Amino acid sequence: MLSVFILAPFAGSLLAIFFPPDQRGATAWFAGAIALLCFLVAAGLYPFVTSGGVLRYDLAWLPELGLNFTLRMDGFAWLFTVLVTAIGVLVVLYARYYMAAEDPVPRFLALFLAFMGSMLGVVLSGNLILLAVFWELTSIVSFLLIGYWHHNAHARDGARMALTMTGTGGLCMLVGLLLMGRIVGSYDLDVVLTSGDLIRNSPLYMPVLILILLGALTKSAQFPFHFWLPHAMSAPTPVSAYLHSATMVKAGVFLLARLWPVMAGTEAWFWTVGLAGLSTLLLGAYFAIFQQDLKGLLAYSTISHLGLITVLLSLGSPLAAVAAVFHIVNHATFKASLFMAAGIIDHETGTRDMRKLGGLIRYMPGTAVLAMVASAAMAGVPLLNGFISKEMFFAEAIETHQANILDTMTPYGATLAGMFAVTYSLRFIHSVFYGKAPEDLPKVPHEPPRWMRAPIEFLVLACLVVGIIPAITIGPFLHTAVVAILGASTPQYSLAVWHGWNLPLIMSFVALAGGVGLYFLMRNYLATSIEGPPIFRLLHGQRIFERVLVTLSWKWARSLEQRLGTRRLQPQMRFLVFIAIAAAALPLLLSHYEMPPLLVRSIDPAFALLWAVGIACAIGAALLAKFHRLAALVLLGGAGLTTCLTFVWLSAPDLAVTQLLVEIVTTVLILLGLRWLPKRIEDTQESELLSLQVRFRRLRDFLLAITAGGGVALIAYTMMTRPLPETIASYFLERAYKEGGGTNVVNVILVDFRGFDTLGEIGVLAIVALTVFALLLRFRPQADSLEAPEQQRVQNAFDDDHPDRNEGDSVAEYLFVPSVIMRWMFPVIGMLAAYLFLRGHDLPGGGFAAGIAMSIGFILQYMSGGTRWVEERLRIHPLRWMSIGLLVAAATGIGSWLFGYPFLTSHAQYATLPIVGKFPLASALFFDLGVFSLVLGATVLILIALAHQSIRAPRAHARAMRSGKEAS
Amino acid sequence: MMELSIIWSILIAQIMLGLAMAFAFFRMVRGPRAQDRILGLDTLYINAMLMLLTFGIRTANTLYFESALIVALIGFVSSIAFGKFLMRGEIIE
Repeated sequence: MLSVFILAPFAGSLLAIFFPPDQRGATAWFAGAIALLCFLVAAGLYPFVTSGGVLRYDLAWLPELGLNFTLRMDGFAWLFTVLVTAIGVLVVLYARYYMAAEDPVPRFLALFLAFMGSMLGVVLSGNLILLAVFWELTSIVSFLLIGYWHHNAHARDGARMALTMTGTGGLCMLVGLLLMGRIVGSYDLDVVLTSGDLIRNSPLYMPVLILILLGALTKSAQFPFHFWLPHAMSAPTPVSAYLHSATMVKAGVFLLARLWPVMAGTEAWFWTVGLAGLSTLLLGAYFAIFQQDLKGLLAYSTISHLGLITVLLSLGSPLAAVAAVFHIVNHATFKASLFMAAGIIDHETGTRDMRKLGGLIRYMPGTAVLAMVASAAMAGVPLLNGFISKEMFFAEAIETHQANILDTMTPYGATLAGMFAVTYSLRFIHSVFYGKAPEDLPKVPHEPPRWMRAPIEFLVLACLVVGIIPAITIGPFLHTAVVAILGASTPQYSLAVWHGWNLPLIMSFVALAGGVGLYFLMRNYLATSIEGPPIFRLLHGQRIFERVLVTLSWKWARSLEQRLGTRRLQPQMRFLVFIAIAAAALPLLLSHYEMPPLLVRSIDPAFALLWAVGIACAIGAALLAKFHRLAALVLLGGAGLTTCLTFVWLSAPDLAVTQLLVEIVTTVLILLGLRWLPKRIEDTQESELLSLQVRFRRLRDFLLAITAGGGVALIAYTMMTRPLPETIASYFLERAYKEGGGTNVVNVILVDFRGFDTLGEIGVLAIVALTVFALLLRFRPQADSLEAPEQQRVQNAFDDDHPDRNEGDSVAEYLFVPSVIMRWMFPVIGMLAAYLFLRGHDLPGGGFAAGIAMSIGFILQYMSGGTRWVEERLRIHPLRWMSIGLLVAAATGIGSWLFGYPFLTSHAQYATLPIVGKFPLASALFFDLGVFSLVLGATVLILIALAHQSIRAPRAHARAMRSGKEAS
Repeated sequence: MMELSIIWSILIAQIMLGLAMAFAFFRMVRGPRAQDRILGLDTLYINAMLMLLTFGIRTANTLYFESALIVALIGFVSSIAFGKFLMRGEIIE
């Protein structure tokens, strides 16, 4: 039953994307129905969570690592679930009317549902790691929601800042949760919640505390991480109403409350949480007074109220925890309604600037009354819900919990913050609804549509009812939630409006009177002042944040690049090879390695000769690589060919076949790249006499190379001269035909026994091909390889000089005979590929070899006719081939599910075709078909992407020439 | 007698082919022109193909002929690519 809370929003989110963009109503109905369904299910589950009951849903995920998909609902999680879903329903209803016709509503609601799902996941996770996963999901989805109007630069910046802050915090929290799981020995929340003493007494308590607090405080926008929240106000108002009342920012205090039983009560907790909370409470309320933007005021007030909840949680007393939970609910109701009211004002007048607004009560009396009640609740006026939880807060602030200065300061801070809260609430109402009627507003203000106001009416009603008769309305539910956190230590408390004349009541009155007085003192200043509080205005959180980002990602990155980066390959290779040698030599030295004796057996003279040629080719290639690239490539081809012959000699014909094909493709690939390779950087001091430094460098590199090569040979020799242990080879040899239905063991391993690995490998191949493709799209050639090669220029000039010749005649004549042969080779190579493919299961060949062979066929066509000629005649869609290949391979694997077998189980049979005869038709053949298609696509994609450079280059060259001329 | 002569002739053929490969290698290294190097590589391919055939005969296994087939069929692709590179400066225009 619990999985509904996760499945429904995410499935709904996926579906919502497919609604047409102009169907605002239908999408809203759909999203609203999903949220309502979740809400109703939650309401129905209430009997199961009363008096400490816990619902669980377990799904094994990675049980070996203690990571399971565990959902767990107790009273506290239930309360949050109801809050998240109920406000979700109201926000959807509101958004239906708020969003403009030109906004893509399906995208908004899809993100909204995804966010609701992630938030429910955070609330209901019964596993610490799962909680972190959903936590990060809320960060990511909120990034997309805040940046919903991505054409707006403020929205983009705000979204990025929110993601950076909450994402970084989330990462710290993950580490903290991992440490906590290590202390407890389990990631299961039920186990963690019973191991409070273990955690508090652990030597790792401090790091765990700090890391988890970093996560919770960034998410809940607590000082000094508060500055992302006001910038997130560039989001559409329904997003703010949802994220900054009931969900996103509440996740932080949710986590604090969730882990309260196991972490609170220590001095470290009191100081860190309390200090952050108290400063946030005060600063947030103070800043809120000076905002000119309606939503900015609400944003800072949210920060301040979250600070209040944090202070309550820091105190470590059960009664304070009750007040915290109560205030979480109250704040969600009045803040959601206030955000919605601000949205209505913005929507109907066209501005949110309080300096421009005024006298709106004449135009929208209904909205005015609702906003007034809600902001009175925010200020803590009696008979409203905010008053009761604020009274509880004052009462707790007076109590002495720890004998230190912070505890003594709390009541004064609380009263001061209460005063500020009254001031900004009054300002919100007075400057918007009273005073002079507004002039030159973008729109003529009027009441919003009936149903746009309905969510606010409902929420305000809740504020009133809870404020007047708390004990009957919210009482039982609050009790359920509190019992889930506190268990046996749940204190006696009474939810009532009237507690008699006591100190908290006096503090309330002081705050009320002081707040009203403060507002009327500052009224004239505020009506004209610029945005932000005096003095603090100069201290921009955003500026600091951006400076840090610039330092990290720009200055430091650049100086690191300058220090370590080089445009030369050699220093990089030197470093790499040196590390590799060290890594290999260390274990050898540590294990007292002894070299096995050299054995010389009967030598095959032909083979020895072959190897002599191969070795000579390899050395020659290495020697010439720097000074004569083409010759080095030719020699490399020779070395590759000898390798293939060696494979044949040592009876690995399938390897030889594949290697031969790869060899040819590689040669073509490097030749394609050679055209664009920048010229060698000439050494300035490369005169007749080599300097000592150069000699030393060459000697060192030579030694390094010899050591690396010799080392690999040594390791290989050692391995091969050892007695062969029992390996899995015999297992595969025995079962290849019996179970895989093929006699080519290598191929059976690839497509059957290790099919899953192959699937991953072709996935990697696809990624590599796409990356190469993407990189080459942005490729800018070096200046010296920009213009057409000399040969082409000479031949084209010759064509131009003779009036009876057209450009390109020379090359066509040169290539006349070869190109006919090359074109006619296409079907022949296609045949070869089909042959290699079909019999691959039993004899050397297979999808990979066939794919490479076929791509050689395509390359030949390109070489004979040029890019344009081929693409006019053949349909070449390597991207499509790749995706089909990947899909076919995955579908074959999934297909075995239909027959009740695990993923990628294969079935083997023989089929007969006319002419071709009998051939193996295993289900692995379809898998191999996928491999074939993907390999073909990837190879062709890379080669073609390189080949296309020569079409692009002349254009780029012409452009460069033109702009050069204009400049001069 | 027949068998022995086959064994010997194959051994001699293989050694000769190996020497031919060594000579081809000499052209690849020394040049002097780039064309000579590429022709050297082409010769190396042809000799390798013949080497594969002799190896197939020696082991009496037709499987090795296939590798020879592949060299024969598409071994020329790299020679063509080199040739086009020399002639036009790039292999796919």
